[in-house]
Amino acid sequence: MADTALPADAVVVARLRARDETMFAALIDAWSPAMLRAARAYVADEHTAQDVVQEAWLGVLRGIDGFQEASSLRTWVYRILINKAKTRGVRDARTVPGLGVTDDDHGPTVDPARFRGADDPYPGHWRSSPPAWPSPEDGALAAETRRQLADALAGLPARQRVVVTLRDVAGHSSDEVCELLSISAANQRVLLHRGRAALRAVLEQHWVKEATA
Amino acid sequence: MNCDEFVELVTAYLEGALPAETERRFVEHLAECDGCDRYLDQIRTTVRNLGHLPAQGLASDARDRLLAAFRDWPAT
Repeated sequence: MADTALPADAVVVARLRARDETMFAALIDAWSPAMLRAARAYVADEHTAQDVVQEAWLGVLRGIDGFQEASSLRTWVYRILINKAKTRGVRDARTVPGLGVTDDDHGPTVDPARFRGADDPYPGHWRSSPPAWPSPEDGALAAETRRQLADALAGLPARQRVVVTLRDVAGHSSDEVCELLSISAANQRVLLHRGRAALRAVLEQHWVKEATA
Repeated sequence: MNCDEFVELVTAYLEGALPAETERRFVEHLAECDGCDRYLDQIRTTVRNLGHLPAQGLASDARDRLLAAFRDWPAT
């Protein structure tokens, strides 16, 4: 994750309380990219997401001297972020993503036509295996993959986008995400599962198109 | 276990949330099915890449304002 270079929470907090500007800058630089992606799921545009993240960091500044370390520093920062993002989304009359599982979150995540039918000797098995992807060793391909993925993430239903962003982009644990979003472990898992499966499918389509181009 | 069941259980498997009996059937299927082995691998690749998306940070003027606010923040 992006923050592996940061020291332990207790060290970061102590340095922020000692008003160590280098530490604050390092924290802003390490966490803002994923915070922007998370905020973007709640608000109308990139510019507003920038505002929300900036407000969240000011909230961190206001709260850091009273931070209790009952949760991780990052989870505490994200709690501030999500509150700011929701408030802003409501004020701008945006529909703030409901995080319940809806009718859209049921049904197969892989096209049933990919599997053999009931009259086949091997019903429910792949008709043909998912096509292989190019080797991730290639730097240019990795960059292209990540660009595709960023676009596909932005296109997910907001509730899946929030969960996938918090889990896989920002690197929170499932317990942390359940706590941040006040959702059950089962709901969190359904939203994560559907989001990841949809993103894998986008990458598959991309590579199939590239292979036949 | 069939492949169409397997693909719906990958997240629960990666989360360590499958009941023991289901996990046993999942792992058995994984060992004998190249298609599902590849599918699980592609989900892992997707997750890994999500951790390395192109980083777009705060606009530099916003960053400057925050650092200035930090500098001026009274110590308690």
